[in-house]
Formats: sequence, C-alpha cells, structure tokens
Amino acid sequence: MIAIIDYGTGNLKSIRNGFLKVGVDVEITKDPYKIEKADALILPGVGAFGRAMKHLEDYKVLIHDYINTGKPFLGVCLGLQLLFTKSQEDEGIRGLDVFRGEVLRLPEGLKIPHMGWNDLKIVNECPVLNGIGNDYVYFVHSYYVKPEDESIIAATTNYGIDVTAAVCKDNIFATQFHPEKSGEVGLKMLKNFVKEI
Amino acid sequence: MKKVKIMPCLDMKEGRVVKGVHFVDLKDAGDPIENAALYQKEGADELAMLDIAATLENRKTRLEWVKGVSPVIDIPLTVGGGISTLKDIELTLDAGADNVSINSAAVKNPEIVKSASKEFGSQFLTIAVDGRRNNDMPSGFEVVVSGGTRPAGIDAVQWAAQCEEMGAGVILPTSMDGDGTQAGYDLEYTKAISDAVNIPVIASGGAGKLSDFYNAVEKGGADILLAASVFHYRTFSVKQVKEYLQDKGVDVFFRA
Repeated sequence: MIAIIDYGTGNLKSIRNGFLKVGVDVEITKDPYKIEKADALILPGVGAFGRAMKHLEDYKVLIHDYINTGKPFLGVCLGLQLLFTKSQEDEGIRGLDVFRGEVLRLPEGLKIPHMGWNDLKIVNECPVLNGIGNDYVYFVHSYYVKPEDESIIAATTNYGIDVTAAVCKDNIFATQFHPEKSGEVGLKMLKNFVKEI
Repeated sequence: MKKVKIMPCLDMKEGRVVKGVHFVDLKDAGDPIENAALYQKEGADELAMLDIAATLENRKTRLEWVKGVSPVIDIPLTVGGGISTLKDIELTLDAGADNVSINSAAVKNPEIVKSASKEFGSQFLTIAVDGRRNNDMPSGFEVVVSGGTRPAGIDAVQWAAQCEEMGAGVILPTSMDGDGTQAGYDLEYTKAISDAVNIPVIASGGAGKLSDFYNAVEKGGADILLAASVFHYRTFSVKQVKEYLQDKGVDVFFRA
C-alpha cells in the first residue's frame, strides 16, 4: 500500500488520481500506523511552509523514521520544500531538515507564483526520471529549494534563474512541479516511482 | 518569454453548465464532466468552473460536481462562485479543486485573503475582481460585487494590488462592461490590472474573435486567457486558439 500523509487541506485527490491512472491505488491517511507500514510514502504540498510544519508536528519523527527504512518516499511541491532546513516563506520555522539547505523566494522580475508548463533539464541520474528528458511539466510555486549538497539535484528548470525542479537521493524523490498535473510525462514518473517499491 | 495559457470556463448553475450573456438569459449547456474532459482533450492548460448562482443551499451541489470533474482531468481546476469562508475553501480544495476563486467575500472581508493564503498557500488562491468604468475612481474602474449588480465603492486596480499584497496568487479581472458580449476582452481594464500586479493575471470576459486572444496578451498583458462562450458554442476549439497565437509569435504549450 502507498500512503499519502493527510495533514491538512489541499488537493490530495489529484495525486491519488494520478496513481490510479497508472494502475495503483493510494490511501490518503492520517493514521501513523498505516503510514509506518506503507510500502511507499507521499508527502504532498499543503498550504504555506509554516502552517504545514505546524500540521506536521506529530509526524516529524515518523517521517524521519520512515525515510531511514529506505522505503520509497515522494515529496511533491511544498512536500519537496518541507524536506529542507528552513524557508523564506516563514522565517524562524524549522523544516523537516532531511536535507540541509534553504527554500528561497523566486527572484523578482518574472511573475510569481510561477504557474505553468516549463521544460526540465536533467542534471543527475535518478531512477524515477528514467525515460524523461527535456520534457515539459507543470509548476505552481513561489519558492524554490537551494540544497547545500547540489549533487542531490536531479533536474532543474529555468524561470529567470535555474530552479531546482527535482531532487533525488537514495530512496527520496521530490519534485517542485506536479507530476500528477503533468500529463503522460508525469505519469511516467509515477510509474517509475512505483517500480522502486 | 512567458508561456500563455488557455483556460476554458464552465459557468455552473445547480450542477449544470450554463452560459450567460451579461449574467442573465442563461441557456442550459450540459454536463460538467463531459465538458471538462472535452476541454482537456482539446489542449486546455487550465479549467475554470464558476458557480454563477451560488447560494448557501447549492454549496453541497458544488462539492458534488467538483468531485465529479476533478478525477477526469489532470489540468489545474479553479473553482469559484459563492466561496465565502475558510471552511468553503477547505471543502472545495478537499473535493478536488486546485485553486479557488473568491470575489465578493474578499471585498466584504479582506482578512480572508490573508488568512486563506496563510492557511492554504497563495498558489491556491485566485481573487476575482469584477469591475466597471467609473470616472470617480482614481484608475477609472470600480469594483462591483454580487454578480456585477452592486458597486462596492472601491478602486478596482488598487484593490487588485492590495490583494496581491495580502497573499493572492492570481488575479482574475472581469469587466462588467464587456462580459458575455463577445466584443473582445476589456483591454484597458486588463492592462490596468496587469500593470499594477506582479502575479499572473487571467483575462476574462468578452472573447469572441481569435484576435481578441492575441490582444489580451499583447495589449492587455494577460498570462492566462479565460473564455466561455467561444468554446462553449464551438466557435473555436482550444487548439485553434493556440495555433493562432503561435502563428502570431505568442509562446503557447502543446501537450504531447
């Protein structure tokens, strides 16, 4: 069973629908026991950084423990950002700190939030990105992650500057874009992710 | 260069798609799920569904059609009309919307813009700014509420900028002088708003010809082009609009 952590309001159903399209059901759950037992875990993006961390308070240890088991973990949008140390969106609030690094606001000049299709540049090998090249995926975000260890960056996109589009390290895969809103390309990633189980 | 997005809009009433002219004389227009799937197939980048006769009673109906439509599409879905509380926003997002559009409720209670963007994130929040010409306003445009029936006494362009400051993610300006007439987007109004904010702007109301779409980008500064009638009556397909824009040198995206 794949679990999506249900920690507040957001369109969790669209991620589930994405997985259903590749033939896999996903359970949206708050239940720590189900999360712990899941074969793969998804951290969706819900709300703003500070508020999300507040809602995730009870799940912090659980998420760290889960990641340490080596089972596949997927973060989407804010679910990517939360894996980092801190964010300019809500200064003073500590993220999950799975990866060292900061979440920064997109630079002024282009419209924020960045909404829409943008093309990927694959910069490091990652199993979930197998078969993906210079493809277009769907972004909706105002902030982006800047990892201290740049080798975890699997793909970037250009929005005025080079922006981290996906990170990939061991069992963790996380995207700034929405694979579930990215047509066939996104579904291919979800399929690849399922293969990691 | 920015990629311009096409956003067909389904005007909803009591769970059915309708299309109105000047917000009256509604004609029945069919099933929301079929319409949504068709627009996605044609290449729509986003989809809007606006409940034009939203009342307390049909709040439940709204959640039902959102739940029906969201599984059949994988493009972002913006839902608006009658959304007035944080609870409404929560239920609508939970039902499967990717974005909610708030209009009158934000004018009545600007705090909701702040609290909703904090709670749910700016990217989920569109503020619809219905406006009409009024030379007594600094920008020449006044906000109107309640489906365009009541002037709010505030400047529409200033209001849009204030909403951006409070955390809105997208502004959807609709000119009540032009909506539903197919006489073209209100370029002056769209331009005034897009000049005043740095967040994406959805041109809305009045698209009738292919050149209207081009003008909304070139002269109106819009990022997203919303239209209902021309798509609903099959005057053009989404694909035709995109091909036209591309020929004119506008960057659009064709999904594989």
